[in-house]
Amino acid sequence: MTLLMEPDFGTPPSKESNRVTVTIDGISVEVPAGTSIMRAAATAGITVPKLCSTDSLKAFGSCRLCIVEITGRNGTPSSCTIPVAQGMEIATESEKLSRLRQGVMELYMSDHPEQCAVGDNCKMHEMAATVGLTEIRYSGKTHLNLPKDESNPYFTFDSAECIVCNRCVRACDEVQGTFALTIENRGFEARVSSSGTSFIESECVSCGACVQACPTGALTEKTLLTIGTPTRSVVTTCAYCGVGCSFKAELKGDELVRMVPLKDGGANEGHSCVKGRFAWGYATHQDRIVSPMIRKSITEEWQKVSWQEAIEFAASGLKRIQAELGINSIGGISSSRCTNEEVFVVTKMVRAAFGNNNIDTCARVCHSPTGYGLKQTFGTSAGTQDFESVEHADVIMVIGANPTAAHPVFASRMKKALRRGAALIVVDPRSIPLVRTPHIAASHHLQLMPGSNVAVINALAHVIATEGLMDREFINSRCDLESFAQWEAFIRLPENSPETLEAASRVPAEDVRKAARLYAGATNGAIYYGLGVTEHSQGSTMVMGIANLAMATGNIGRKGVGVNPLRGQNNVQGSCDMGSFPHELSGYRHISDADTRAIFDEKWGVTLQPEPGLRIPNMFDAALAGEFKGLYIQGEDIAQSDPNTIHVHAALRAMEMVIVQDLFLNETSKFAHVFLPGTSFLEKDGTFTNAERRINRVRPLMPSKTGKSEHEVTCDLATAMGYPMSYHNGAAIMEEIAAVTPTFSGVTFAKLDEVGSMQWPVNESAPEGTPTMHEERFVRGEGRFMLTPYVATEEKVNRKFPLLLTTGRVLSQYNVGAQTRRTLNVIWHPEDTLDIHEADAELRGIKDGTWVKLASRVGDTIMRARITDEVPAGVVYTTFHFPESGANVITTDLSDWATNCPEYKVTAVEVSPSAKGPGVIHEHDLDKDLQLSSIIRMANQIAANIPSTGAPEIEVAHHIVQFWTPVMRRRLHEDADKTLLSPVVLKALELESAAH
Amino acid sequence: MISTKLYIPGDSAAVSVGADEVASEIAKLAEAKGIQIEIIRNGTRGALWLEPLVEVQVGEERIGYGPVNVEDVAGLFEAQFLNGAPHKLGINNVDELPWLAKQDRVTFRRVGIIDPLSMIDYEAHGGLIGLRRALKLSGAEIVAEVLESGLRGRGGAGFPAGVKWKTVLDTQSDIKYLCCNADEGDSGTFADRILMEGDPFTLIEGMVIAAIAVGASQGIVYIRSEYPAAIAKLSAAIAIAYEHGLLGENVIGSNFEFNLKVRAGAGSYVCGEETAMLESIEGKRGVVRSKPPLPAITGLFGKPTLINNVLTFSSVPAIISEGASSYKSRGVSRSLGTQVFQLGGNVKSGGIVETGFGITLGELVSGYGEGTLTGKPVKAVQIGGPLGAYFSTKSYDLSMDYESLLAAGGMLGHGGVVIFDTAVDLAVQAKFAMEFCAIESCGKCTPCRLGSTRGAETIQEIIDGQNVAGNKKLLLDLCEVMSDSSLCAMGGLTPMPVKSAMSNFPEDFENRLAAKV
Repeated sequence: MTLLMEPDFGTPPSKESNRVTVTIDGISVEVPAGTSIMRAAATAGITVPKLCSTDSLKAFGSCRLCIVEITGRNGTPSSCTIPVAQGMEIATESEKLSRLRQGVMELYMSDHPEQCAVGDNCKMHEMAATVGLTEIRYSGKTHLNLPKDESNPYFTFDSAECIVCNRCVRACDEVQGTFALTIENRGFEARVSSSGTSFIESECVSCGACVQACPTGALTEKTLLTIGTPTRSVVTTCAYCGVGCSFKAELKGDELVRMVPLKDGGANEGHSCVKGRFAWGYATHQDRIVSPMIRKSITEEWQKVSWQEAIEFAASGLKRIQAELGINSIGGISSSRCTNEEVFVVTKMVRAAFGNNNIDTCARVCHSPTGYGLKQTFGTSAGTQDFESVEHADVIMVIGANPTAAHPVFASRMKKALRRGAALIVVDPRSIPLVRTPHIAASHHLQLMPGSNVAVINALAHVIATEGLMDREFINSRCDLESFAQWEAFIRLPENSPETLEAASRVPAEDVRKAARLYAGATNGAIYYGLGVTEHSQGSTMVMGIANLAMATGNIGRKGVGVNPLRGQNNVQGSCDMGSFPHELSGYRHISDADTRAIFDEKWGVTLQPEPGLRIPNMFDAALAGEFKGLYIQGEDIAQSDPNTIHVHAALRAMEMVIVQDLFLNETSKFAHVFLPGTSFLEKDGTFTNAERRINRVRPLMPSKTGKSEHEVTCDLATAMGYPMSYHNGAAIMEEIAAVTPTFSGVTFAKLDEVGSMQWPVNESAPEGTPTMHEERFVRGEGRFMLTPYVATEEKVNRKFPLLLTTGRVLSQYNVGAQTRRTLNVIWHPEDTLDIHEADAELRGIKDGTWVKLASRVGDTIMRARITDEVPAGVVYTTFHFPESGANVITTDLSDWATNCPEYKVTAVEVSPSAKGPGVIHEHDLDKDLQLSSIIRMANQIAANIPSTGAPEIEVAHHIVQFWTPVMRRRLHEDADKTLLSPVVLKALELESAAH
Repeated sequence: MISTKLYIPGDSAAVSVGADEVASEIAKLAEAKGIQIEIIRNGTRGALWLEPLVEVQVGEERIGYGPVNVEDVAGLFEAQFLNGAPHKLGINNVDELPWLAKQDRVTFRRVGIIDPLSMIDYEAHGGLIGLRRALKLSGAEIVAEVLESGLRGRGGAGFPAGVKWKTVLDTQSDIKYLCCNADEGDSGTFADRILMEGDPFTLIEGMVIAAIAVGASQGIVYIRSEYPAAIAKLSAAIAIAYEHGLLGENVIGSNFEFNLKVRAGAGSYVCGEETAMLESIEGKRGVVRSKPPLPAITGLFGKPTLINNVLTFSSVPAIISEGASSYKSRGVSRSLGTQVFQLGGNVKSGGIVETGFGITLGELVSGYGEGTLTGKPVKAVQIGGPLGAYFSTKSYDLSMDYESLLAAGGMLGHGGVVIFDTAVDLAVQAKFAMEFCAIESCGKCTPCRLGSTRGAETIQEIIDGQNVAGNKKLLLDLCEVMSDSSLCAMGGLTPMPVKSAMSNFPEDFENRLAAKV
């Protein structure tokens, strides 16, 4: 394998459709009008010397090397800045051009080191040779003694090598949109500057776009200087967030030198963030566990054992539990960090080898309401657009998402659209950076109280419905009219007016009205949302509310519009697609569907159970109830990431065989009996599916450090359980996925290697994939409007807990931080802090940077306060990247009524000064029969949220049958104190009894 | 008792030589003597060697005295200057001063004559006739008239104004801008400032006419921050223009809306380059943009923008009020109308000289300038600002028009004419040109950013007698790189003073060491 060199056409492609023909150096070439001469020349295979231009940036015209002569025109204009015109005759070489280029290079080289630290990565010496420069006659002052800026952990800035071509400044402006860099001073003194301070102290977000853009050694990855020039590259996919950036991993031997975002990457088009480009050092961190380990009890020390011993120990433990407690007493959790192939074999192991449906995935705790809500309304559990779509939007609504921190590469794309002139509506309790950032200001920031999403979405829809702003033509031709009529009657009710709902949301009614008009009036209105939508008691209701809004305004089924969940993890879309939910097989087909089961039964040679299995929180309750004692956890640190830590810990402690497959020992492994070392993405062979349903290849750069691939380990365990499983490689697993999943039927590794990536559905009717969904018709046929009554969460402030806590992430850290905490990214965010408004801080005598105790109804912790106006008074905010502060000690068991996605975003808390920190977890007693109280709470919550028109008890009964295990249903019938159940639940129970 | 009207310029040039002190001394003495006088702070007539020039209205005539120092005031009262009596500083009827009388003042017709902020005065001297006529014409008709007049951009490039106006007129857009370039940064030029301080309504009227012509609704005058008095005067004039309905929603009762404001520069020479000016107005670093796109199509905030110099806009009222044919009857060949020359440097009678194109360099320097202030012979004349060419007295027959100057290796630029006596060292001047460029270059393109410094260093080596032949070759090579591959005129024109100095004054680049010894 060699180093992949992507061609650089010098300037971006023209988007004009009419074409012109020009002659360059006697070669005739046809290009779109508006193409630069430089790009046209490159298209014709002619290389014009250049330093300041690169095709990811707008033409700048500063280096003056790309000059050409045009017949009939005076002078020697720069080819990067001149667009072609029909019939133009251009010469890129002449005696004069050669003389001028030598003159320019002579000037450059008179202020450039004779030898560059980065060797060939500095283009200057090569360019001097290219233009034929033989002598530098100048002497005089230079910049060669300027100090280096080494402050950034990942790259150096050596001003001595800088040629002031502005590529870094322009990359920061145009590609990343942070505007951290500038040129200081004029003339000879003009220097690139991180705005007058060091890089680390500047606004720089360390995305590395500047490093990538730099044509010299001025901005260089430190690894390039320490390891040396790479010799080969492998194209692969980032394993952090749901954007799913494509990278060229450049290696020297087996050592990774740097990650360079791929220009051809469909998701990122050559851009990246600080995590993807730089924060991969964890993969070789000394904490990496590479040998299997076991222990009889969690109080014992770990013992390193062979793979065989570990697998046998795990299998025998699981088999013993099943023998004692029945087939449903064990289960598995698949990881959204792993490949589709790895996830698929875990689901297969659980369903075929364990013989039950107790498989869930970490999407449970993030985007499960997206799956539910979009399936109900549109018919499929995924976002409707590709990322490129945002560039066609006129009005962008961002709800409960902070893209610049959590989806930075997509955020850069969105910011590009916003700088181009798209209007922005932000719906968020916090003043996220997008509200006001260089060259961008939101038209409306609906700063709602946490927990009042549905109030706001209903108010927006009310305005659109009552002010005649709906797209009747779209509704009539594309949507289910019966559901629409019901919805219209519902949404027009005065209870849904912005004026009425202002009390709940605290968003001024007039702002809601204006924002609604702006969105409805857009030619292309696009909604992007994140976990601020889903992680609520009404997460699913909110997703449906968003879908209603998009359908009512006709913003579905073409470029520039849509409903776009910003998926959290690299493969959260994929892990859901693969059938990781207890009620669903791959491709979102319900387990109760006999035809679907038959496909699997035949393929796998088993008989699948027709009833749904346990969801993650149900597993915890079942464990505490003594019914569930074995759990296989693939790459997820539930002890840190799941809500109400004390509950989770108690549940894990109640189990007898906890198997953790991970890179590092973590909070969960403290409760584990078997540790199966996992592989980093640098070792994996498979696919990730990103937030735009894009299936990207993950290719191994190096052999597995554990000696086994992860899917092999899973297969070994399944085999040891008595169900033989094995695959040659990832491609073979994908073959099986495609065979049993209609939306993946056209996916093969060979095809992916050929085209780069594809967006599912990929099948006979869409062999190259589907960038935009629901174009002609919705997946479910007609779009269905769903009633979305606003029901306040049970989590309420009172005198004891007067503040609302909401949680999120920062740019530099990723979720529980298992990876990013093991990189130099900690320089930006070394600990979690509690963001608090000045007024709330002052009232409590809290000073910026001091320790505070954060307490909720379920637990307390200690962290440092950060006083900021990013949160309004009454709301506090923290991140959950560090186990030391363990933010999830605070969060509650409350969850989405439909999917049990935890309500991370709303917790009533109190904050008080603390003498010391950080916090420690104080275990305390839990409810005796937590399972029963959860069942009662969930049933009542379902009844409260299902609309009361028609016969809600039928809907409630249906919902419970669809998503609950038989055991849970039995306990609701038999064990629940009926006085605690709502009338609708009681009616539903009667119905169900009658049906039996 | 009838009060006597006096004119004492409030112009910065006059103030810099004591006009304020003279005015207050005259007011003080008049009060002490119980004489009623009215002092009008007019602009300067442009005869700067006469400043402070005190004019007394006597009947229809304005009798001048100058240059007046504070110490002269008592004597002027004693000599009964308020009656126009003779005095050693007296110059009789100022209008008949030959230096002024032989000029052809079109753009500057009111400068120094009227009270700059009096709309009554302005109208009494022919103001607003052009605008009233323009409101009756279509945009295309106005553009045709400007095109017909032969008016060319007075900022330096000399691009036909009508062609540029037509481009803006023909470009469809929801909003179009007008930008007046008043970033008069060339050393030895001061016409923009004197006009803005002496007759700001002319500029405003010219811009409103241009706005009507091209369909612009917002105008900006970008004035260098080093011109505080011009900024204040023009701002005050704009406020008065709004009061009189010349600006705002309904320009003189029409349906045409035009708004105008002043933006101060931030001390960068290169912001006089039109695209750098646009960047500066947009709040960015003053860095030159690549062209295309032309500002007339994609200008300020990406919208079609008509950019003209102060003198270009200020020439428009006369063209529209009197018609293109009157204007183009002046001048020669393709340089039509009048040019406002600014005589400066080491000159005896310097200031504003507005005449038709085609006057010779000799007439300007000897005829108007009357030689050097020091009395030594003239050695060199730099025409067109710091990036213009140096000519020797051998070029006195040179016709002062765009084409002739170009053919002679020079340029008219903004009309600055700077005179040097025999003490000047043209090698040092050549180095100064490079140093000026090094300080003022925006730093965007390589030839200008690095070439200017390398140029200054190389000339210093020539001055020091080091490898003179080799360095002269290197300097000429550098001049070619800078002139042919720079992004804008800043780097592109810096070689002009250097090369002209080398070719017209070769002796200053030879035998430097020998001369020193």
